[in-house]
Amino acid sequence: MIYREAGQFKTSYRQDAAIFPILQDRIAIWFYLFVAFIVIPTFGSDFFINSMMIPFLIFAMASIGLNVLTGYTGQISLGTGAFMGVGAYACYKLTTYFPETNIIILVLLSGFFAAGIGMIFGLPSLRIKGFYLVVTTLAAQFFLEWCFIRVPWLYNYNASGAIEVPQREAFGLIVTGPSASPSVRYLVVLSIVVFLTWIVSNLIHGRIGRTWMMIRDMDIAAELIGVRPLYAKLSAFAVSSYVAGVAGAMLVFFWLGAAEVESFDVNHSFLILFMVIIGGLGSLVGSFLGAAFIWMLPIIIRAVPKMTGLDINASTVEQLNFMIIGALIIVFLIIEPHGLARLWAIAKQKLRIWPFPH
Amino acid sequence: MNAAAPQPYTTEDGREIGGVLMEMKNITLKFGGVTAIKGISFDIQEGEIRAIIGPNGAGKTSMLNVINGFYHPQEGEIVFRGETRSRMRPYEAAKQGISRTFQNVALFQGMTTLDNIMAGRTLKMHRNFLWQLLRYGPALDEEIEHRRKVEEVIDFLEIEHIRRTPVGQLPYGLQKRVELGRALAAEPSLLLLDEPMAGMNVEEKEDMSRFILDVNEQMGTTIALIEHDMGVVMDLADRVVVLDYGKKIADGPPGEVQSNQDVIDAYLGVPH
Ligand SMILES: Nc1ncnc2c1ncn2[C@@H]1O[C@H](COP(=O)(O)OP(=O)(O)OP(=O)(O)O)[C@@H](O)[C@H]1O
Ligand SMILES: [Mg+2]
Repeated sequence: MIYREAGQFKTSYRQDAAIFPILQDRIAIWFYLFVAFIVIPTFGSDFFINSMMIPFLIFAMASIGLNVLTGYTGQISLGTGAFMGVGAYACYKLTTYFPETNIIILVLLSGFFAAGIGMIFGLPSLRIKGFYLVVTTLAAQFFLEWCFIRVPWLYNYNASGAIEVPQREAFGLIVTGPSASPSVRYLVVLSIVVFLTWIVSNLIHGRIGRTWMMIRDMDIAAELIGVRPLYAKLSAFAVSSYVAGVAGAMLVFFWLGAAEVESFDVNHSFLILFMVIIGGLGSLVGSFLGAAFIWMLPIIIRAVPKMTGLDINASTVEQLNFMIIGALIIVFLIIEPHGLARLWAIAKQKLRIWPFPH
Repeated sequence: MNAAAPQPYTTEDGREIGGVLMEMKNITLKFGGVTAIKGISFDIQEGEIRAIIGPNGAGKTSMLNVINGFYHPQEGEIVFRGETRSRMRPYEAAKQGISRTFQNVALFQGMTTLDNIMAGRTLKMHRNFLWQLLRYGPALDEEIEHRRKVEEVIDFLEIEHIRRTPVGQLPYGLQKRVELGRALAAEPSLLLLDEPMAGMNVEEKEDMSRFILDVNEQMGTTIALIEHDMGVVMDLADRVVVLDYGKKIADGPPGEVQSNQDVIDAYLGVPH
């Protein structure tokens, strides 16, 4: 009976319209933020921060981007990897031209380039749906990959064909490049992710998010009510690609340090799509849960033999990893097709009426 | 035959019906070889409940679709509030105050009752994207102001208890009620209802009839409804237009229409 709303009467629609109307939820949010901003940077090892937390947050961000499009607006896309790439290359070009500008601002600006490209490739969604739209987003993926290879201007004509992140400072700290510390990079990534998650959550809980969901659930009725599909779909493509673009820029600037086209290939599009499906379509919490599941579980599985002293060679562990994750995904989708987010909601519901069974 | 003259009249319960809100002139609608509507003319007057009846496939739903711009007739014109139009997009019809429900419930299944009815107010919300990003200031004020209106609709339809339930989980009868709520939330000047009581039990039908009458009386909303249940039509409608095979076969007050020989034949299936 710890988690419950008894005695919390909402006296105005303003309170009731709050995104977290239940006090315990608000406390939980502050608790998570406290852990994320204070506990982890203070006590987390460099390995934990660099190999687990930073990529987890970045992939969660990309999943939120795709979730806006697929989970909330019902438009399936296999171009997430490429839209992340657009953000990364845009950020690289921006910092080349404006080396003095705060890199965090440039990362946030680079999302707009991804948004623009995303809207262009979103135009076909006005005429086609479902499977055919998947094919056009796949075409976008391959076209953009081609650009990342064939337009040397994008990687400043480097002989290697890769973009290498220069050292940049913000607020007097080194935040990018080889000498930036993991905790600093982590805190920058965390701040951006929290900020953009808040923004996306605002959109989803307002008129714009409703028009997205209306299009998703029944586009004809939405139009008869007065939603213009053009605005609804293109705004979803724009927001989705913006978020994916920022995630892509963070991926390179705050985690990989250098990247070429492989970092943005179609495998990454699938990876993000799996995260969204496992986490739960149409759920922001689910985007985090899905990213955690898909990114962290393999690392944990890899660590098991070492910790238990089992002598299994590395490639066998890798194979096992694929099998376990693959099997889990299938089992999971059969048991709970609405993803981890639904399990999370059920658990909370149980907690709300605990200790009574009903 | 064309009994109803587009003149002001007084209903049996003493309401003044006056002035033409919408006039359909010689509407013909074809789908390839099928002619769903053949040169039909009729009008809807301000403040009345107008029923459209007829056997299956008579063209009733097609007629509603023409009225709210979802189908474009090949011939004929539509005069709405004195303005003639031949083509209109559903978006514009919605903007002009025409809202509707559907024969097969067309709710947003993944959204809650509250969100579905809020959706009905989409056209009345104007705060721009930047404010929406912050969900603060004008955007939040607007959200809350509309929430108040939506709560009025929820109270009116007595669906407070399912406010937070995703509509996909609701029984059919309640879904129909939520759909009416969504249409009402737009504060329409013309409300189109396509078989609002189909698939309901007697009790649910009575509730729905009461809501329809209340909407008409308390809010003064003009209503055009399609209904199969003759009893309901007799109770609700001020005037009835009868379609059969895409043609108009009768038009007038319910009592008059009911005793019309063509109507009786159409319903009993006398060969043409
Ligand atoms: N989109 C469409 N394409 C082709 N034919 C259509 C279409 N919509 C309706 N029709 C045809 O037009 C005719 C009238 O259909 P409509 O749905 O208007 O009938 P109705 O009076 O609403 O019937 P019901 O009582 O069964 O709802 C039918 O013959 C139907 O097959
Ligand atoms: Mg019909």
